[in-house]
Amino acid sequence: MLHIKYVEANGTEYLVETDAGFNAMEVAVKNGIPGIDGDCGGAAACATCHVYVDPGWIEKTGKAAEGLEQSMLEFAEDVQDNSRLACQIKLDDALDGLVLKLPEKQH
Amino acid sequence: MTALASATAAATEAESLPLDRIDVSRAELFERNVEGEYFARLRREDPVHYCAESAYGPYWSITTYKDIMAVDTNHQVFSSDAGLGGILIDDNIQKSGGGGIDLPNFIGMDPPQHDEQRKAVSPIVAPANLAKLEGTIRERVGRVLDGLPVGEEFDWVPAVSIELTTQMLATLFDFPFEDRRKLTRWSDVTVAEPGSGIIDSWEQRNSELMECANYFQRLWNERVNSDPGSDLISMLAHSPATRNMTAENYLGNVVLLIVGGNDTTRNSMTGGVLALHQNPAEFAKLKANPTLIDSMVPEIIRWQTPLSHMRRTAVADAELGGKTIRKGDKVVMWYVSGNRDDTAIDRPEAFIIDRERPRQHLSFGFGIHRCVGNRLAEMQLKILWEEILKRFSRIEVTGDPVRVRSNFVRGYASLPVRLHA
Ligand code: HEM
Ligand code: FES
Repeated sequence: MLHIKYVEANGTEYLVETDAGFNAMEVAVKNGIPGIDGDCGGAAACATCHVYVDPGWIEKTGKAAEGLEQSMLEFAEDVQDNSRLACQIKLDDALDGLVLKLPEKQH
Repeated sequence: MTALASATAAATEAESLPLDRIDVSRAELFERNVEGEYFARLRREDPVHYCAESAYGPYWSITTYKDIMAVDTNHQVFSSDAGLGGILIDDNIQKSGGGGIDLPNFIGMDPPQHDEQRKAVSPIVAPANLAKLEGTIRERVGRVLDGLPVGEEFDWVPAVSIELTTQMLATLFDFPFEDRRKLTRWSDVTVAEPGSGIIDSWEQRNSELMECANYFQRLWNERVNSDPGSDLISMLAHSPATRNMTAENYLGNVVLLIVGGNDTTRNSMTGGVLALHQNPAEFAKLKANPTLIDSMVPEIIRWQTPLSHMRRTAVADAELGGKTIRKGDKVVMWYVSGNRDDTAIDRPEAFIIDRERPRQHLSFGFGIHRCVGNRLAEMQLKILWEEILKRFSRIEVTGDPVRVRSNFVRGYASLPVRLHA
C-alpha cells in the first residue's frame, strides 16, 4: 500500500492510496483525477497522461524513457525536463509519497 | 433486393468464403455497409490476415484492437514513408500514380522529419488556440442552423456537414470567407484519381493544385510580412521549424490539414444524426441530460470511424499474432474493425452516449501519428450538438443514407432528414 499525491495546475491536491503494481495513469483514472484521460490505456501512445514529477522524486522515478515515451512527449504541450507519461511510471513501495503535478491542459 | 435481404446475403457470403479469398479492401463492401460481417469473421478466425491478391496488390489486414495498437506504436518497423507507399492501401494516391505532383507532408514521413514538422503545426490546434477559435465557430454554426428549413425534407450532407466543415477550415486558415468552397474542392481534388468523377486527368489535377498553391503562396506572403497571428498560415510562416520550408512542403502541409479536417469531420457530423435516429433511447437520454454531449462526441467518432484504415509498410520482419510479416509488406490497420472488437470495447456494436471511457477508440490512431486535430474535431461536434439541441426537438431521418464507395473514407454522400421545431 502506498500514497500518491496529484496536484492540479490550480493547486488542488488529491491524495490517493493504491496497491503497488499499478501505474500512475491507472491510479489517477480510477480515482477520477481531472485532466488525466489515458485514452490509449497505458501504451505510451496518446500523451493524455502527461505529468510533471516533483523534482525531489525524479531520481526515483527516472526521466522519460527513450523511444515512444520521449517521442510522444515531444508532441505534448509545455513539456519540461521532469515531464513523464504517468502510464509509464510503475508504482512500487519505493515511490510511496510520490508527488505528480498536472499540466494546465492536455490533448 | 431489400436492405435486409442484402445484409443477410452479405453475412452468408462473409461466412462461406474460404479465408484466403477474403479481400476486405473492396470498396463496394463499404458502400453496401456490409464490411462489418467480413471483419467479424477475420477477428474470430484469422485476426492477422494475408490477402494475396487485390486491386492494390498483396496486403496484411490487422483487425483486432490490440494488434492495431501494436502496429501503430511501432513506427520503427511500420513506416509511414510516402516513398514506400505512404498511409493508404492504394499506393497511387499519395504518389499521384506517376502522373501528378507530389505534396510532401508529415503524415507520410517517419521521424525525425515527421516530428519537427508536426511540432510546428500542433500548437495551432492546441487547447489554448482552440479556445480562441471557439467563438467564431459557434457563431457560424448558429447561422447555418438558423437558415435550415423546419418541417421540410432536405439533404443534411451539403446543407450542414459540408457547409460547416468548409467554414471551419476557413476559420482555421483565416481564409477569405467568400472563397471558402475552394478549400473543399482542393481537398477533393488532392485525393482524387482521374475517372473518380472529381477530375478527368492528372493534368487537370495538377492545374487545380497549382491554383491552390498560388493562392496559398499569396496568403503566406501576406502573413509572413505581418505580425504573427493565431491562424495556421501565420503560424507556419513564423515558426522556426517551418518558415524555411520549400513551397512544395508548405503546400503539402496545408493540404494535409485541409484533407485531414474535411471528410472526417463532415462524416462525423452526418454519422451523429444517423446514430441518434437509429437509437431513440440514446436520444432521449441526451435530451434529458445535454451534458452527455461530452461523452457522446467521442462515441460518435468511434461509432462512425470516419477513416476505415491507415496503412504502413514493414521495413523489417516482424511477428504478429503468430504470423511473420516480411520486410516490404503492406500492412493495413483496419480501425473500423478494431472499433468493433468486443475484447477491447464493451458491446461495440451499440451506440451508447454515456460510456465510461468513451475516448478508448481507434478512430484517431495512436502513437506518433495520432491525429493532431482530434480535440478540434471534438470541439466542432460539441458545438454543433449544443446548438442543435437549442433549436430543434428532433432530427428525423426520412430515408436511407447513400454511403461513399471507398475503403478509406467511411461516410455519406447524402442523408435525407426533416427537422422538428
Ligand atoms: C473526426 C475527425 C477526424 C478523424 C477521425 C481523424 C483521423 C485521423 C487519423 C486516424 C490519423 C492518423 C494517421 C496515421 O496514423 O497515419 C490522423 C492524423 C492527422 N489528422 Fe486527423 N482526423 C480527424 C480530424 C482532423 C482535423 C479536424 C484535422 C485538422 C486540423 C486533422 C489533421 C490531421 C493531421 C495533420 C494528421 C497527421 C498527424 C501525423 O502524421 O503526425 N484531423 N487523423
Ligand atoms: S495513457 Fe496514453 S500515453 Fe499514457
